[in-house]
Amino acid sequence: MIELPKILLLGIGNLLWADEGFGVRVVEHLQKHYRFPDNVQVVDGGTQGVYLIEHVQAADVLVVFDAVDYGLPPASIKRVENDEVPNFLGAKKMSLHQTGFQEVLALAQMLGQYPQHLLLIGVQPEELEDYGGSLRPAVKAQIQPVIDMALAYLQDFGVSAECVDLPGELADPILNIQRYEQERPSPEQACRLGDERIVLSAAFEVKPPSASDMPSLQVDVDYRGKY
Amino acid sequence: MTVRNTPNGFNLNDAGRRVVVDPVTRIEGHMRCEVNIDDDNIIRNAISSGTMWRGLEVILKGRDPRDAWAFVQRICGVCTGTHALTSVRAVEDALKIKIPENANSIRNIMQLSLQAHDHLVHFYHLHALDWVNPVNALKADPVATSALQQQISPSNPKSSPGYFRDTQNRLKKFVESGQLGPFKNGYWTNPAYLLPPEADLLAVTHYLEALDFQKDIMKIRTIFGGKDPHPNWLVGGVPCAINLDGVGAVGAVNMERLNLISSIIDRTITFIDQVYIPDLLAIAQFYKGWLYGGGLSGASMLSYGDIPDQANDYSAANLLMPRGAIINGDLTKVHEVDLTDPEQIKEFVPHSWYKYPDEALGLHPWDGITEPNYKIGSKTKGDRTNIQELDESAKYSWIKAPRWRGHAMEVGPLARYVIGYAQGNKEITEQINFVLKTLDVPVSALFSTLGRTAARGLEAQWAAGKMRYFMDKLMTNLKAGDLSTANVERWDPETWPSSVKGVGFTEAPRGALGHWLKIEDTKIANYQCVVPTTWNGSPRDEQGNIGAFEASLMNTKVEVPDEPVEILRTLHSFDPCLACSTHVISPDGTELTRVQVR
Repeated sequence: MIELPKILLLGIGNLLWADEGFGVRVVEHLQKHYRFPDNVQVVDGGTQGVYLIEHVQAADVLVVFDAVDYGLPPASIKRVENDEVPNFLGAKKMSLHQTGFQEVLALAQMLGQYPQHLLLIGVQPEELEDYGGSLRPAVKAQIQPVIDMALAYLQDFGVSAECVDLPGELADPILNIQRYEQERPSPEQACRLGDERIVLSAAFEVKPPSASDMPSLQVDVDYRGKY
Repeated sequence: MTVRNTPNGFNLNDAGRRVVVDPVTRIEGHMRCEVNIDDDNIIRNAISSGTMWRGLEVILKGRDPRDAWAFVQRICGVCTGTHALTSVRAVEDALKIKIPENANSIRNIMQLSLQAHDHLVHFYHLHALDWVNPVNALKADPVATSALQQQISPSNPKSSPGYFRDTQNRLKKFVESGQLGPFKNGYWTNPAYLLPPEADLLAVTHYLEALDFQKDIMKIRTIFGGKDPHPNWLVGGVPCAINLDGVGAVGAVNMERLNLISSIIDRTITFIDQVYIPDLLAIAQFYKGWLYGGGLSGASMLSYGDIPDQANDYSAANLLMPRGAIINGDLTKVHEVDLTDPEQIKEFVPHSWYKYPDEALGLHPWDGITEPNYKIGSKTKGDRTNIQELDESAKYSWIKAPRWRGHAMEVGPLARYVIGYAQGNKEITEQINFVLKTLDVPVSALFSTLGRTAARGLEAQWAAGKMRYFMDKLMTNLKAGDLSTANVERWDPETWPSSVKGVGFTEAPRGALGHWLKIEDTKIANYQCVVPTTWNGSPRDEQGNIGAFEASLMNTKVEVPDEPVEILRTLHSFDPCLACSTHVISPDGTELTRVQVR
């Protein structure tokens, strides 16, 4: 008998920051509405960095769902495979001590176990600066298309998922998207925004520094490629 | 130019060049640091700023208090379990819920496993690179590394030249492929790195070994918490049922699972004894002349204490991790700490981006207000959307300034260890004396960056030993027939008083953590967290006292100002955690640390 490949469907991001929770919400939807064979794991990776290495190492096939800033129109889906994945993933950092998921992949590789097949399905976020908020409608509407894309990919590995009529139990029912949205405090009760540096400015945006941005005495410490 | 003496004993002078480090990397969250250096490159003024608004508390308003743990553990990717534990303790305190002994043992094992785990990951994966140069490791002779290994840890079987040669080859391949991964953005030519190549190779080898090993420690929390990541917690106990006769891995925790935990505890003890502690001492040996970074340590230190021996008794005498406060550098007197006393812990905001009705006064967390007020001072360079230099005479941080009886305090492993030492705690005193003797340094050497790093290692060792203690206690209790893990008598909100308040506390790996909440009509009316980095990373207060990060940077010499490895070294020694969330960085995934020297 041929051993089935171990498949990991992993959603990452922080569900407390609006569209930043996309990957986690995709996983929630998968857990509610689909049943998979035993060789498939569906994991809500949240903002865990280093702690996810074990899961990544154990997988032969890794599918990652995430909100990634590609500079595309809001809610655009971007699909990236294999060697390209690390380059795209890092476009934002996850929480653990600034260990981006890119670094998790690098560490897994350094330890010598690494998935043979990698797929990243990312969505371009519309809004991240909304603390305690949920997915924006356009981004939420991409959950099902992204799942369909992942399921089509899994067919190449002989996996088909069963769609269940009655929603299944969630591992984390407290954070269920409906409850999360309904029980949210009002903006008067609970401020939802950061400061202007974030809300208004380009300071936190994806932008490589250009020579003209830099005052004469500034030094960029970036040793990429030097060693 | 401003020259000023702070009430807590530091002479600030902002005349020299300003060095800005933003963001400070290899930490949790967003932090900025600015210092002024004099003509000899010595730091004469220091400013630490939390650069992101942390809306943790406000998003909980109006929600079910029994749910709070699930939200707080999503705030940050590091102390997830600690926040969850602190939260359920706060709710239990408010509702006077008593938890079963088994729940106490299991929670302690989970918390101790986090201590051991976090300290290990911090040492090897976040802090080691401040002392260890992986590029230099490529030059090492594996035979010399093997000899060094056998000398510092004779009982460690992984010590052959071939073992180290393998790592070196892996590292070489990795570097040659152009992927420096975690090793990029280092100052690898800086003279502040002092280890010989064989010690660098030893440490890099254990960097990988520890990365592999930490996966095991995590299983402890996975088993008791029922899932991974984000284990489950429960107000009233722990959510895992125990069935000693059960079979298979699903459902209740059975004998097979308990044995697995027991064996992981044993391996954790061995790893820390054979790898972590010897490495720590070996590295410290080369750096023991670098005694910067003391700051508030030895002068003002605080611990809430943790790890209740018996369930439901949170008095100092029952807490195995010491509790108390030291002020004015007087180690002969450890003050009692009461989290409910409105005169003890207060948060101030004159230099924080929040609004209080009267900002000359501090507020006890039960009466705490979290209302953002982003305002920059007139001496700020840059503008509201792009600050080039902060004006520390005005508001300059998203972190509030908590004070204990008016004192800025340092929290964390070093604070706990110094307080334990001052109290004459036998285990802690023995550990500290062993280190001082091995390194041949006086007690005062503890009050330094390296002292903080050493205390963390010792505490990992202590925590691993205490896991064994609570595992044995749990097994004894289970075998005696007590299988209870939760008390759900007060689960139903109908049984709750209409208005109550509570406080929960833990010692998180990086320091004292408290959650204060008020429940009104079964919903959260106010929730305030004072996290370890609020203490350590606090800005100035009304009187001008500087916080622990700021104090620790004072008078440090920075060899190369645009490569501030000394600043990072000291800040990392606190294991900062500015819990917040993600932010967008550069297109290929690298977060650029910008250092500006003006």
